[in-house]
Amino acid sequence: MIRADTGGAARRVLGGAGWSLAVLLPVAFLAVFFGLPFAAMVRLGLLGDAGGLDLGGVVDALARPRVAEVLWFTLWSATLGTVGSLLLGVPLAHLLFRRSFRGRTLLRGVVVAPFVLPTVVVGIAFRRLFSGPLAWTGLDGSAVAIVLALVFFNVAVVVRTVGSFWEGLDDRPAQAAASLGASPWRVMRTVTVPALAPVLLSSAAVVFLFCATAFGIVLTLGGLRYANVETQIYLATTQYLDLRSAAALSLLQVAVVVGLLALTGVGRARTQQGLARGGGQPAPRLSRADAPTLAVAGAVLVLVLAPVSALVLGSVRSGGRWSLAGWRRLLGLDADEADGVVVPGVGSSAYDAVALSLRIAVDATLLAMVLGVLTAWLVTRGGGGGAPGARRGVRGRVVAALDAVVMLPLGVSAVTIGFGFLITMGRPPLDLRGSVVLVPIAQALVALPLVVRTLVPVLRSVEIRQREAAASLGASPLRVLLTVDLPLAWRGLLASAGFAFAVSLGEFGATSFLASSSRPTLPVLVYRLLGSPGTGNLQTALAGAVLLAALCAGTMLLVERWQVRAVGAL
Amino acid sequence: MSIRTRRRPYPRLLAVAGIGVATLSLAACSLGIDDETPSSSPSASDAAAPDASGSDDAQALGGTVVLRTHDSFAVPEETLAAFTEATGVTVDVQSSGDAGQLVNTLVLADGDVDADVVFGIDSTFASRAVDAGLLAAHTPADQPASAEQYELPGEAADALTPIDVGDVCVNIDDTWFADRGVRPPETFEDLADPSYADLFVTPGAATSSPGLAFLLATVAEFGEDGWSDYWQRLMDNGTTLTSGWSDAYYVDFTAGGGDGDRPIVTSYASSPPFTIDEETGESTTSALLDTCYRQVEFAGVLEGSQNPEAARALVDFMVSPTFQQILPENMYVFPVDDSVALPPEWQQFAELADEPLELDPQTVAENRETWLREWEDVVGG
Repeated sequence: MIRADTGGAARRVLGGAGWSLAVLLPVAFLAVFFGLPFAAMVRLGLLGDAGGLDLGGVVDALARPRVAEVLWFTLWSATLGTVGSLLLGVPLAHLLFRRSFRGRTLLRGVVVAPFVLPTVVVGIAFRRLFSGPLAWTGLDGSAVAIVLALVFFNVAVVVRTVGSFWEGLDDRPAQAAASLGASPWRVMRTVTVPALAPVLLSSAAVVFLFCATAFGIVLTLGGLRYANVETQIYLATTQYLDLRSAAALSLLQVAVVVGLLALTGVGRARTQQGLARGGGQPAPRLSRADAPTLAVAGAVLVLVLAPVSALVLGSVRSGGRWSLAGWRRLLGLDADEADGVVVPGVGSSAYDAVALSLRIAVDATLLAMVLGVLTAWLVTRGGGGGAPGARRGVRGRVVAALDAVVMLPLGVSAVTIGFGFLITMGRPPLDLRGSVVLVPIAQALVALPLVVRTLVPVLRSVEIRQREAAASLGASPLRVLLTVDLPLAWRGLLASAGFAFAVSLGEFGATSFLASSSRPTLPVLVYRLLGSPGTGNLQTALAGAVLLAALCAGTMLLVERWQVRAVGAL
Repeated sequence: MSIRTRRRPYPRLLAVAGIGVATLSLAACSLGIDDETPSSSPSASDAAAPDASGSDDAQALGGTVVLRTHDSFAVPEETLAAFTEATGVTVDVQSSGDAGQLVNTLVLADGDVDADVVFGIDSTFASRAVDAGLLAAHTPADQPASAEQYELPGEAADALTPIDVGDVCVNIDDTWFADRGVRPPETFEDLADPSYADLFVTPGAATSSPGLAFLLATVAEFGEDGWSDYWQRLMDNGTTLTSGWSDAYYVDFTAGGGDGDRPIVTSYASSPPFTIDEETGESTTSALLDTCYRQVEFAGVLEGSQNPEAARALVDFMVSPTFQQILPENMYVFPVDDSVALPPEWQQFAELADEPLELDPQTVAENRETWLREWEDVVGG
């Protein structure tokens, strides 16, 4: 009997014990490294002065007029940021992943660079643009500047997640529609967009959460006029030690995430479909018909590259003159023997910072990939009877819950989790405080949702029939996995690994909380330089930021090259 | 042809899960191992080493002390190595967040922290730490005479030892004023004077530590009843607020290297040595010494220390010349020991205010929240 039963395959591969184990790993990870610290902080906030639960206090904290204002700003700035990222990111994804031209690989790498830039640096770059060459726009300190900065950061997320999915999509339905006389607009509307819908939803959800919890950007660009829930939690926790407000606001964040997941869940159920994946079709070269896409993509590149070039320029100019002093200081080229190559005022050399950043990033990526692949696989195959619209069994519900919970760390304040880490990870049996291991773990928490959201649409779209055909020809379930799923999911795997790596490289919030030795990562080094007086420090900090961006773009390029070779080999 | 159905997949799956677990522990290890190589290595056997800590029983110590600090902590490796050489004690530096985060974390963990010494508690947060009973009493035997003036009042003086001092002062771009033939401002009143309208930028008090210091300076100057009126006048005079010091100085300030258009900024007494014109050898900025708020940074031995003797030795070391002399160039603050020579540019262009503004730490602790909320109302309204 052959049935379109996606759960069947998983059930065959996974026995009861194996399934439980596979579920247990990500669940345990999230429970220990997210649930525990979060619960500890909320508990501290909810306990009244008498020691009992004080829900009235929470209600009071949420009833302040400022809270409604802040929540409203959070929601609309994140919504606009998401819409903007999608509108600009999708055409660029089309250009970079559906068309071939010289320099494409380079652009793919460059476009991700903004994602790793420390927000403080981007904040300063944006403020310099808007108070300098773009002062005539009058946007300095406005909400528009904040939204633009959010788009600047997150357009990379859209390009990479949508692009890696789109690249593997079969082009023939669209061609068929076009040859039947459908206009390009109609093809887009009736064939392409429906096919992309799941990945658009996925990436919109991730981008929304990134925007809603944006911290450095809102703090730097919003000044005192604009605040979102995240910056309020930061102020409540670090300045006022007002844990009740912080806990109340953190719970509010969870409510927002849950609401968002419910929304995307509905959307996903409607759009889920098996899609024919066309492997190996070469992307067509650019043609005149691509002009509109090209125009939008060009605009995006300007938006992305303007602040980046401002940074590069800032790192080689000082007081109106060209100068490499910043780079020389960063790389220790001027240092006399006694000082070594230590960056003044930081107590560490840039080389050490780069090495540390890279090592932490490797660890975080490994961790996020192992957990992410497991989770994505469970979500798409381990749900037991997961065909669209089918009734869910116990496993289905467990997996659906896991699918949702994995997103929580993105939507909940890094400050809350950071403080939670500090107060929970110091007691037996989890005496990890002061251990460097916490840093990659915290970063993996942030990268995990991204990995899962990149992989799930790709895995879901692998056509059931392809796998069934393989199975009916005698392939064992594992062989199906290796010969059908893996080649098709390969791009998604690489894309998500690259992203996890970028998240880790650029991560500042959790790292600055947890970085437990005197050795800073590269973003922390940049941040320290920025906090020190002297224009020399600014130049050195900008050089550090450029180095970080280059490091990220370089890694992406390597991944791209590797991807091409690996796909060719399969 | 038979369709192969049920093969027992357990072993393979377990293997996959096993690889997963192995990867997790591997990821943990690759950094964990490096944990064992602290910035300075113990060399207790070197008995002939000079006693840099100035502590009498230093040679008999050993082991490791964990130093909790903020992320502006920057000390050359040789300096800590000198301590290790003299005492046999290895220092494990753990830095994260700013001064406020440092204190709040310690308070939140209720003293249950795996650390021996804390450095970087400043005068505005001192009461919070002392009141929470986090610190054990200790005063270095060789505390420099000049450090006495920086001590906290009352019993808090036993808990925290002053290590460095810095003034947050309004800085001005001298070149800007000279070029325009405008008399530079000197006082708080000048900042609110319409002839200096739209020229002042300061980081906000709620989001920046120098910003808070400037607010406290105005409280000290105008009194608890007068400061909010003054701020109203400041805002009416076109003052710009930024969230952090770095974007006030680097973006809005005219001498910060950006295209800023404001020649007056809240910064530090130690900022002018960093704006020296290469051609003239003169600093292009100066600090207004009538607007300075004094910030003192303290170190203390934590109550829960497992190695209290070594912890005390580290605090002693921090007031010794070896440590004091590295402070200006590494952390941009003045040593509490005034007999320690400052770098040449500092001697020329950086000075501490003779009569800085100060507030009683206890008063600050009690009113910080109220003042900040009031301040938000004034500047936001």
